[in-house]
Amino acid sequence: MIPGAFEYHAPTTLAEAVSLLKEYGDEGKVLAGGHSLLPMMKLRFAEPSHLIDLNGIDELRGIREENGVIHIGAMTTENELIASQLLWDKCPLIPEAAKLIADPQVRNKGTIGGDIAHGDPGNDHPAIMMATDASFVLHGPDGERVVPANGFFLGTYFTLLEPEEILKEIQVPVFPRNTGYAYSKLKRKTGDFATAAAAVVLQLDGDICTKINITLTNVGPTALKAEEAEQLLTGKVITEDLINQAAEKAMAICDPAEDLRGDVEYKTHMAGEMTRRAIRQSLDRARGN
Amino acid sequence: MAKQHISFTLNGQKVETLVEPRELLIHVLREQLGQTGSHIGCDTSHCGACTVDLNGKSVKACTILAVQANDGEVLTVEGLAKDGELHPVQEGFMQEHGLQCGFCTPGMLLRAYRFLQENPNPTEEEIRWGMSGNLCRCTGYQNIIKAVQYAAKKMQSA
Ligand SMILES: Cc1cc2nc3c(=O)[nH]c(=O)nc-3n(C[C@H](O)[C@H](O)[C@H](O)COP(=O)(O)OP(=O)(O)OC[C@H]3O[C@@H](n4cnc5c(N)ncnc54)[C@H](O)[C@@H]3O)c2cc1C
Ligand code: FES
Ligand code: FES
Repeated sequence: MIPGAFEYHAPTTLAEAVSLLKEYGDEGKVLAGGHSLLPMMKLRFAEPSHLIDLNGIDELRGIREENGVIHIGAMTTENELIASQLLWDKCPLIPEAAKLIADPQVRNKGTIGGDIAHGDPGNDHPAIMMATDASFVLHGPDGERVVPANGFFLGTYFTLLEPEEILKEIQVPVFPRNTGYAYSKLKRKTGDFATAAAAVVLQLDGDICTKINITLTNVGPTALKAEEAEQLLTGKVITEDLINQAAEKAMAICDPAEDLRGDVEYKTHMAGEMTRRAIRQSLDRARGN
Repeated sequence: MAKQHISFTLNGQKVETLVEPRELLIHVLREQLGQTGSHIGCDTSHCGACTVDLNGKSVKACTILAVQANDGEVLTVEGLAKDGELHPVQEGFMQEHGLQCGFCTPGMLLRAYRFLQENPNPTEEEIRWGMSGNLCRCTGYQNIIKAVQYAAKKMQSA
């Protein structure tokens, strides 16, 4: 299988890439790692007539910290996330989740920006970004805007990105002290997308949970934020009974598509179980166990 | 669509060719450059049979455009043996029976080659994780793990 015909562009600056996107409008698409886009082009689910390769743009790469915020260039690959000591020290949920994505070869090419911009509910970074209160810098012909991850994902393959915009950077606040975190991902085999997964980030003050984010992967048209479950646990000492109630609330918002990974009932049930596991592991970590 | 001129280093030799931008690296290697060692298994970036080394990293050549290899350095199974002597990973697959039909083997070898540079002294668990992008329908993997361990040992003692 090979993709349909297109003209290939390899800009070396972001400004150049944006002006190409503007010039070609609906006919143009940017290429990041290509590990979602090229398979779709082979199947003719995507048929851009102009492909704008972002791989030559250095300003879209790299990870740095500034004033308590970590800036991750959109073209940073999964393996670069895993290799980042800064992330393991300051926001370890991101590299830990990246280790659960695909396989070594795919992680050499696949980028955090592509995983987010693609808008696939099976992708793992959307739930991770919502759980870490990340924001996205979107760069367009008329300048930049910064939008929160929570609210960015509108539907399957449908995000706040305008056709002429490029996701430039991801901004993630450094984890405060006493943070616990976990990503529980159920998959059929190494390298598979999630059957269901839950991300949790929480903060403890003594035994009291002062803040908690709970987000879910692949059990709805987008990553989901289990707000009622979060509200239930906020301000409380989290007990096993409360964990079970929170899992019920998370299951109540699930709307998974039936496929080879399972039917609706199974996936919903697994989302509940992943939620329980992620909360328990987060608590253990926040307590330093 | 107009063809583009590309050139890259393939197994130490400069090669050049004309490609359409939509052509994948695996097709150009096999069909234009005659290097049919790298296989096409799934054609959907899952199986790893097409794994080659591009600029020092393992990649699936069925999901890379040939134009993206321009000016780069590519290593395929044809470039592993030197002066008629098998590379330790090749020797390991032979000694430990790391193959049966052999279809997955060129990809396995290229991934093992790169993996052992990333992690020269891996545990069994690390080998399983590091080789998880390559599927084999014959061996049950046990002997593939042993083959990588054999190569690691040989390369350490060299
Ligand atoms: C075998 C296999 C297993 C996989 N398993 C997982 C998994 O478990 N979890 C997971 O999350 N993913 C998985 N993936 C998907 C993989 O992580 C992709 O790499 C990722 O979804 C897309 O990132 P990319 O860099 O390859 O983007 P591309 O495929 O290049 O692009 C994807 C889409 O995003 C757009 N885009 C890319 N970058 C930008 C940008 N900076 N600004 C605006 N638009 C942009 C492109 O135009 C395109 O529409 C798997 C893929 C394969 C092949
Ligand atoms: S043929 Fe490329 S991964 Fe299977
Ligand atoms: S030896 Fe037959 S697929 Fe691996």
